[in-house]
Amino acid sequence: MASYDSIIIGAGHNGLVCAAYLARSGQRVLVLEAADEPGGLGADREFHPGFHTPIAHSVSHFSQKIANDLKLTAHGLGAAKPVPTVGLNTTGAHIILQEGSLSGAGTDDTRAYREYSRLMLRFADVLKPFWQKTMPRIGMNNFSDLATFAHIGINLRRIGKKDMQEFLRVASLPVRDLMDEYFDNDILKTTLGWDGLIGAKLAPRSPNSAVLAMLYRLAGESRGAHTIPVGGVNGLIDALSKSAMASGAEIRCSAEVGHILIDGNADGLTAKGVRLANGDTVTADRVISAADPQRTFLDLVGVEYLDIGFTNRIRRLRCDGYVAKLHLALDSAPEFEGLQQANGRMIIAPDLDAIEFAFDHSKYGECPDSPVMEIVVPSINEPSVAPDGKHVLSAHVMYVPYQLKGGWNPTARDRVCERTIDTIARYAPGIREQIVHQEFLTPADLERQYRVTGGHWHHTEFAMDQMLMMRPTYEAAQYRTPIPGLFLCAAGCHPGGDITGQAGHNAAHEILR
Amino acid sequence: MKFDHTHFRQALLRTPFHDRFVELSTTEEWMAWNTYKVPRVVDKLPTEYFAVRSGCAVMDLTPMEKYRISGRGARDYLDRLVTRDISKLKAGRVTYVVWCNDEGKVIDDGTVFQLGENDYRLCAQHHQFDWLLMSARGFDVDIQVETHDVAALAVQGPTSWSVLAAAGISNLEQLKPFGIADLRCGDIPVTVSRTGYTGDLGYELWMDPANALQVWDAIFSVQGQYDIHAMGLSALEMVRIEAGFIMPGFDFNTAEATIRNGYDRSPFEVGLGWVVNLDKGHFTGRKALLAEKSRPAKRRLTKIVVDGNKPVGEAFIYDGKNGKQTGEIKCATWSPILKANLALADIEFINGRLPAQLWARIDYQRELKWHSAWAECHSHSKPFYVPEYRSATPPMRY
Ligand SMILES: Cc1cc2nc3c(=O)[nH]c(=O)nc-3n(C[C@H](O)[C@H](O)[C@H](O)COP(=O)(O)OP(=O)(O)OC[C@H]3O[C@@H](n4cnc5c(N)ncnc54)[C@H](O)[C@@H]3O)c2cc1C
Repeated sequence: MASYDSIIIGAGHNGLVCAAYLARSGQRVLVLEAADEPGGLGADREFHPGFHTPIAHSVSHFSQKIANDLKLTAHGLGAAKPVPTVGLNTTGAHIILQEGSLSGAGTDDTRAYREYSRLMLRFADVLKPFWQKTMPRIGMNNFSDLATFAHIGINLRRIGKKDMQEFLRVASLPVRDLMDEYFDNDILKTTLGWDGLIGAKLAPRSPNSAVLAMLYRLAGESRGAHTIPVGGVNGLIDALSKSAMASGAEIRCSAEVGHILIDGNADGLTAKGVRLANGDTVTADRVISAADPQRTFLDLVGVEYLDIGFTNRIRRLRCDGYVAKLHLALDSAPEFEGLQQANGRMIIAPDLDAIEFAFDHSKYGECPDSPVMEIVVPSINEPSVAPDGKHVLSAHVMYVPYQLKGGWNPTARDRVCERTIDTIARYAPGIREQIVHQEFLTPADLERQYRVTGGHWHHTEFAMDQMLMMRPTYEAAQYRTPIPGLFLCAAGCHPGGDITGQAGHNAAHEILR
Repeated sequence: MKFDHTHFRQALLRTPFHDRFVELSTTEEWMAWNTYKVPRVVDKLPTEYFAVRSGCAVMDLTPMEKYRISGRGARDYLDRLVTRDISKLKAGRVTYVVWCNDEGKVIDDGTVFQLGENDYRLCAQHHQFDWLLMSARGFDVDIQVETHDVAALAVQGPTSWSVLAAAGISNLEQLKPFGIADLRCGDIPVTVSRTGYTGDLGYELWMDPANALQVWDAIFSVQGQYDIHAMGLSALEMVRIEAGFIMPGFDFNTAEATIRNGYDRSPFEVGLGWVVNLDKGHFTGRKALLAEKSRPAKRRLTKIVVDGNKPVGEAFIYDGKNGKQTGEIKCATWSPILKANLALADIEFINGRLPAQLWARIDYQRELKWHSAWAECHSHSKPFYVPEYRSATPPMRY
């Protein structure tokens, strides 16, 4: 008899969510995590003694249903208030979005924003059932699968003909066209458009999935507002681990999986366990991978167990990340021109062209001259992440290519790090003097340290060609894979990345059905 | 700078043997085969046909797609590519293979030659380089196109061994069917395999294109002693049907060239279940083929003998005289040696079995006027023509 019902590879938040659901249903579950603590990109990182931040620094659409099902509050997750989103202006004339209202823009823009957010929230509601469900297989007439589509259809009808037509028009628009239709203020445009672009290989002029990404992020209970959970993102990870363990799941860290064991017999292949990098083997009735799809299939399974066409689809998944991380340990609170307190999620992108130009460099394997970024200072809301009176600044720096022309080296990394700090200094002039320690992680660094192919935010590009029933690719898009007993449960699956828990939840649902 | 503006005059490439065919051609009937110009008929079709069946026929095989697959991972690579167990193949041996896409539909067939350790040649009907390269990812293999770098000649027929021996290729008598030997023709190196597409005794010669004409001339130098004829593709079509060989892309649509749903075929459906080894471990299409095997068969490319001697062309097959349409003839020939109409027909099964009766409606012309007649068909499980001498080692000397 196998030792476990399910082995989950990777204790990222999706692996933990999946583990918790399976354990609650009575399965014997083992989670194997290569790092020395759980959390994946949401794990705590002490980048300088006493200074902590995870890679993913804020949460905007973590599923409330999951929080309730898994009793995360009872397992220690505190209630956190959403923080404002601030579009920074060097002049101090910032744009501030808080609790659904806009300040800092002109009267026309403020009026337009009301119509814009009404529509976007309606559209987000239309799509909501998509993110929470297993996608139907093309060509299969399974009733519950088709019901997902029917549900969307009904939602579309419910919003009325005019909005429905508008939805179909807007869904694949480039960010720039959408923003130009509604607004004049450059910083308002970049701030609202940001959530369509962050994490993807998209710029304001790119047609594709930007609007869908915005709607994905607006579908949560906080309607797009970000929170920094109590205890940081790590507070959420902690509650998830506790919930999983309370239901009986076992979480083993420093346990890197080297291979997924495949059993071949007359009826075909089945996954029957894993071999750890240290040579130990553990057997289970099923193996669920929370690692990204390329790593799972090409490294952990091996192409000899996969068909040629499928292998090729996995191989050509677009997995190059474009987001780097800057972590600063500061000896006092940073002071941004014209801001009382740096307690929000702050966007630095003076106009849409600035984002486009930064992207242009990265397309050709270069670093942007003027990086655009999103900053939080988690220590303001959560003082425990830094020593007394000290602070942590965390920035997602956009369009730093995974594949740098000529390859990454310390000089190249220092150069883009310094440019990033220079850019911040234009908004917070005293910042350089406050720095106790700085750390810059390129997508290549993230790949190495977090075992995520390409260092990609979503494990693989979140775009039309890799979405819904094509995520990560057909034949692996319903959390099942061509190999019976092998499942996927993380960001590379539908619906995609971000700290949402959705993929882990949907996978568990699929496994238990 | 001068540009060559004349390439269009030669839309088709010439094989290294081309000059000899030009000298021999009385019909000037040429056709294209994999971008090469080859004869359909060189002189007279009956002569070329009977050369294979009772003398010796020589055919240009150069246009065949040839790939060299080498490296430490070559065997594992091939085992995942084709449906047959390659791990059983030995150096100096050839095996017939098919390969499928993920859905278990046939992409092409061909032969794998194991030339040495970790060194294989794959011959294919159609161009396969992109599929082969795509399949290579994750394996330690090197794949080269050899089509234009290796000249190939088929020497087939009951006297073929005697002809080759007389032409100066010695040490051939112990070569078994599907064996490969590195030999010399005079002082020219040639690799000889005891393979062919005719169902008769026969050999295939593989050589440097620079030596091609010398080898040809050596063979034809014994023409006074033996009946040797150059042969075109029309005669080959007749003998391959007699031998029960199928031709992907003609008898059925190959998977990667199929657009319409259900128009591609699995190995089981084209009668190649015997080359599918579901127990050897994983290979591309295995999952789909396992599933197919567990269901009743839907159709089969079936060998049939059509009663009568009216020329069978393209025709539908019915489950009775004036019955329901149940299939279609994909290729057919009159077999002079068997005195019968032979055909391969794609036939839909009823409840997993061949219909009890098969009838063809044959449309034929008499002095440009169309007539139609019913002919009963009889399925045939073995190849139509299997001369016993073809597998004797050493072969019979003439
Ligand atoms: C720079 C950056 C910033 C981001 N910021 C945010 C943000 O602010 N807000 C937000 O919502 N999202 C953010 N994201 C996206 C978010 O972090 C990811 O989408 C999310 O973490 C995916 O979670 P996951 O559980 O699917 O996978 P991961 O968090 O990647 O976890 C996968 C786990 O699998 C483990 N693993 C892999 N291979 C093996 C193996 N062989 N053996 C054992 N374990 C293995 C890894 O160690 C890792 O712990 C950011 C992403 C990046 C790259």
